[in-house]
Amino acid sequence: MKKSILILGAGTAGTIMANQLNKKLDSNEWQITIIDKETKHYYQPGFLFLPFDLYTPEQVVKNIDGFIPKNVQLLRQDVHQIVHSENKLLLADGKVINYDVLVIATGSKIAPEEIQGMDGSEWYKSIFDFYTFDGALNLRNKLRTWEGGKLVVHICEMPIKCPVAPLEFAFMADDFFRKKNMRDKVEIIYVTPMSGAFTKPIAAKELEYLLESKQIKIVSDFNIEKVDTEKKQIVDYGDRSVDYDLLVTVPTNMGDDLILRSAMGDDLNFVPTDKHTLQSKVKENIFVIGDATDIPASKAGAVAHFESDIVTGNILKYIAGEPLDPEFDGHSNCFIETGNGKALLIDFNYEQEPVKGTFPIPGIGPLRLLKENRINHWGKLAFRWIYWNILIKGRPIPFVTSKMKKAGKQINK
Amino acid sequence: MNEKTIAGYCVKCNDQGFMEDLNEWNEDIAKELAKEESIELTEKHWTVLKYLQDQCKEGVDITMRKVGKSGIVDIKEFYQLFPKAPLKTASKLAGIPKPVSCI
Ligand SMILES: Cc1cc2nc3c(=O)[nH]c(=O)nc-3n(C[C@H](O)[C@H](O)[C@H](O)COP(=O)(O)OP(=O)(O)OC[C@H]3O[C@@H](n4cnc5c(N)ncnc54)[C@H](O)[C@@H]3O)c2cc1C
Repeated sequence: MKKSILILGAGTAGTIMANQLNKKLDSNEWQITIIDKETKHYYQPGFLFLPFDLYTPEQVVKNIDGFIPKNVQLLRQDVHQIVHSENKLLLADGKVINYDVLVIATGSKIAPEEIQGMDGSEWYKSIFDFYTFDGALNLRNKLRTWEGGKLVVHICEMPIKCPVAPLEFAFMADDFFRKKNMRDKVEIIYVTPMSGAFTKPIAAKELEYLLESKQIKIVSDFNIEKVDTEKKQIVDYGDRSVDYDLLVTVPTNMGDDLILRSAMGDDLNFVPTDKHTLQSKVKENIFVIGDATDIPASKAGAVAHFESDIVTGNILKYIAGEPLDPEFDGHSNCFIETGNGKALLIDFNYEQEPVKGTFPIPGIGPLRLLKENRINHWGKLAFRWIYWNILIKGRPIPFVTSKMKKAGKQINK
Repeated sequence: MNEKTIAGYCVKCNDQGFMEDLNEWNEDIAKELAKEESIELTEKHWTVLKYLQDQCKEGVDITMRKVGKSGIVDIKEFYQLFPKAPLKTASKLAGIPKPVSCI
């Protein structure tokens, strides 16, 4: 009988893994199976563009099965529990599936119920998220007719996927209202639990300058306790409050409840994972990739793509009984859309904070790191094509390596 | 890296005033730093500082959520003990690095 490798989740990371493993594993020996409860694959970075009518809904959603290789079995099932002591899964419909190797790629989802008053009667009336397809679409409809007031762009708590998305939202909102000739009717306030616009100092300075130049006020160190929908205020544990007319929030991000039911996660249902090998700390035959891990790297599609080379390599090593490679360096790469047809690009890892420079070809570019320009904006738009055609198919992106390159970066020793 | 004299001890600090080496920490330093923040350290404060140091030694990333679930204080009490930015202030007094939310 063939041995079985199971991939849980057919989003960005799971789809990349299905494609990579299909190329690397001997199909006479291994059956690869991928499981997801949904039929649709969303291009989540597009959720940032939907609210401003810059993308249509059709541009950000396709069917999952179009991206799964023929040799890989695709199951549409809700996974109820992982019984790792017995190397098996329980499905919601009661079926059991056994595995030899498991890849967890169940991602991260929003949990507005974590904050008192958030997902009550005002949810999708005056309080919105843009981290889901529904949220982004409802917000688009709201913005089409909104007449102005206080727009609060807000992060509940860290970590969140694509940590710069709320900043991008604020920048793009500024641009959106300018183009609608109503910027003077809108006050934009950026509220964050962090001490600034970004955690790393050089990028924080650059981004705070951009906020200021766009007349976006920043309120930092704000740890939300509740939303007071009567007074239209968000209130923090230190009793500070910020008034809103329209609240666009990024709710607490959490791993799927499946992780909780399997007693495998931390307090946010993220799976404890070795940050260099990407093997789970729960059991040797379980690997974790993408937003589902607890590693201190950005939760982003580009990161999942970098991780996939290491996860694939280490699964092959694990199967062969060889020691794993501690190869993952936390490489993150991310465009920051700044509005007005411009964007900024950052490239960093566990050790190296984002700095200025050229990317992906050192000294040449054509992209510029930590600098706002038009080429970077075209890069961001091209990312959608790259995502559907290269990234989730597990193919290499030209000139971009899994490990971060120091060459081309202005690093102060 | 900077050196700073706190309560008569010369310690290594980063430019935001967070100590770089927990081994150099002692209670006098914490008291002196507390004074700068206008905080009078009570038994409860010390328990929280001790908890943060233990977490740091174990290599655990400290978050507001974790402190809130520590069983020592809830988030509301944490704010009462160390007003405004409790995680930052308490980490400074405990002589541990400034907690960075992962990005
Ligand atoms: C607004 C926004 C903007 C973003 N911008 C960028 C960007 O510019 N660049 C970038 O690189 N990244 C960006 N990202 C992040 C990127 O989309 C994610 O990091 C990436 O999709 C993570 O992939 P994943 O496979 O880990 O999770 P997902 O793609 O979310 O997939 C998880 C899958 O698991 C399935 N699943 C979960 N639980 C179960 C279960 N119990 N049973 C069965 N199936 C289950 C889900 O249905 C889902 O299909 C952005 C995200 C958002 C929200």
